[in-house]
Amino acid sequence: MKHTLSVLVENEPGALSRITGLFSGRGFNIESLCVAPTLDKTMSHLTLVTNGDEAIIEQIIKQLNRLVDVYKVVDVSEGEFVEREMALIKVRAEDETRAEVLRMCDIFRCKVVDVSPKTYTIEVTGPESKLRAVTELLNPLGIKEITRTGTIAIQREKKTI
Amino acid sequence: MTKIPGKQMVVEAFKKEGVDIVFGFPGGAIIDVYDALEKDGSIKHVLVRHEQGAAHAADGYARASGKVGVCIATSGPGATNTVTGIATAYMDSIPMVVLTGQVPTGLIGNDAFQEVDIVGITRPCTKHNYLVKDVKDLPRILKEAFYLARSGRPGPVLIDLPKDVQNARAEFKYPEKIKLRSYNPVVEPHGKQIERAFKLIERAKQPVIYAGGGVIIANAHKELTKLAEYIHAPVTMTLMGLGCFPGTSELSLGMLGMHGTYCANMAMANTDLIIAVGARFDDRVTGKIEAFAPNASIIHIDIDPTSIQKNVRVDVPIVGDCRRALKKLVKAVEADGRPPEVWKERAQPWFDQINAWKKRHPLTYKEEPGVIKPQQVIEKLYELTKGKAIITTEVGQNQMWTAQFYKFDEPRTLLTSGGLGTMGYGFPAAIGAQMAFPDKLVVDVAGDGSIQMNIQEMATAMEQRLPVKIVILNNQFLGMVRQWQELFYNKVYAATEFSVTPDFVKLAEAYGAKGFRATKPEEVDETLKKGLETEGLAIMEFAIAREEGVFPMVPAGKATTEMLLV
Repeated sequence: MKHTLSVLVENEPGALSRITGLFSGRGFNIESLCVAPTLDKTMSHLTLVTNGDEAIIEQIIKQLNRLVDVYKVVDVSEGEFVEREMALIKVRAEDETRAEVLRMCDIFRCKVVDVSPKTYTIEVTGPESKLRAVTELLNPLGIKEITRTGTIAIQREKKTI
Repeated sequence: MTKIPGKQMVVEAFKKEGVDIVFGFPGGAIIDVYDALEKDGSIKHVLVRHEQGAAHAADGYARASGKVGVCIATSGPGATNTVTGIATAYMDSIPMVVLTGQVPTGLIGNDAFQEVDIVGITRPCTKHNYLVKDVKDLPRILKEAFYLARSGRPGPVLIDLPKDVQNARAEFKYPEKIKLRSYNPVVEPHGKQIERAFKLIERAKQPVIYAGGGVIIANAHKELTKLAEYIHAPVTMTLMGLGCFPGTSELSLGMLGMHGTYCANMAMANTDLIIAVGARFDDRVTGKIEAFAPNASIIHIDIDPTSIQKNVRVDVPIVGDCRRALKKLVKAVEADGRPPEVWKERAQPWFDQINAWKKRHPLTYKEEPGVIKPQQVIEKLYELTKGKAIITTEVGQNQMWTAQFYKFDEPRTLLTSGGLGTMGYGFPAAIGAQMAFPDKLVVDVAGDGSIQMNIQEMATAMEQRLPVKIVILNNQFLGMVRQWQELFYNKVYAATEFSVTPDFVKLAEAYGAKGFRATKPEEVDETLKKGLETEGLAIMEFAIAREEGVFPMVPAGKATTEMLLV
């Protein structure tokens, strides 16, 4: 089962390394990891997508909490939450496909953020499923490069981490 | 306020934390701290012969005294040499502060002489660690290091201190108290959980208390004993737990697990309630996990939530300090009103069964004419020391025979590397323990393999005039591995036989110590007596039955009821 964890962690050198080291050292998986400072600059917010059965997720949460630098861990996928990911996709756009790429962008509400005679660079935002759909449809046209942010997530309604 | 250099802050912090002894080995990147220590003169420094020895000695000091052990090493190889000692302390939750020198901040990352990223290397085997980049942070970091080392589930904390920071000056304001927003171990157990635990205890017909090293760390042995005696429950201990409950008590089942007693493993297999205290259901204890304690409900008391529910499903988890939890449990039992006699009467059928197991297969060994059996040596050692010595062990057969045949009645009297299983631990740990208790008898039980892993500390012990006693059970084998090869690898003794071992008597003499040797069973007594009566450092070497095994034994991965017996 896929789980999305929100982690608040002290913005200290080595803190991220402690977290990734914990995952590799104990044989847990990281599917994606996204980290940036919060409004409070001494604290970072980290969204981590992992998978495992209930016992493994329980261990992951406990082990994260055990790290001295970790302030709080919430499994946001336990309740209602919004998740988003962004990708920048550089796609081949020559004579015959140029219009087709733009049509795709329109359908998926993507933005063209860079143009060259032979390529478009597209910004796409959404849940992971949308990114997958876009890449699947653009792939036959020729994706030259793709870069993704990894998932960020937030709980719905009043709840905060 | 006047400004003082970082090296001076280290000394002042040590004093404020009550550190009176440190173990270490100097070098270019830590020379400034050494200078400050020497000029101050109030903290005793023990110069070891290898940094691993310093780490184990600090660990032994901590285990014996309950205080934080401190060791110091230089950058690079000095720092990496402490890693095994740090990992040993980490696995057994021992409070320790390790201070390493580092190249100047400007050179970090440049592959400078004797530079190593020790903070990176020790990240997974310390409770926490620090690289100090600004001397202004140093007082706080020192305070935090000691606080983290000793609070919650204790563990080693490393501070890496670059040479320029040792000499940089700042105001020294040592924080009186510390509050870390991201670190708040739960110490007070939840009242509701105690109630639930008591309900299980009340209903249980065949309970077992399963006690681990956490009981000793939490100084909860009195509370544990009180609970066990009140409800008349048998107690089995892990290797780390030995001494947390009197081994001579009729309620004691001895150690459980791979080399545990027959009755302890049978009791665990048949119990309907395990009361686990400060133990972590390690694979050496559970054996094949699917077959472990099939009929038991489990109450698990531990300060570390990650230990709970990690290997086995738990019915009543109690997160908190073992001592507080046990106190509350005893209170709940007392409040219930039934006197101990009632509990005892109720436990009678269970004890009839336990005593039958004890009788059927007690710990034993076969005597052989003309050959010294290692178990005989340990039994005799127990007799001669009246069970009052602080015993350290190395790792392997020597460790298991000691755990089986020496009866520990008091906590902090068995110092052994349980989790990591570090050969070479015992002797430096004995040095640490002897430094903590100069007047107590400290004995390291060793094998001929493991003693050679830190034999260089003989010089340290001589220099400090420490009367440590070393018992070497010499079979010219790496005995435990040999035993596995005998049982599971068709007696192919790959790389386990020593065709050369030193003459340990001469070796002792070379260091200026005394050496004694026994080669026949009838010499055991006298050799031990002579060694134990020696004023200073002494080695007692016993040429033991070469292919003696440790039994009972549960083969790795098997159910704990599938024991190989003598």
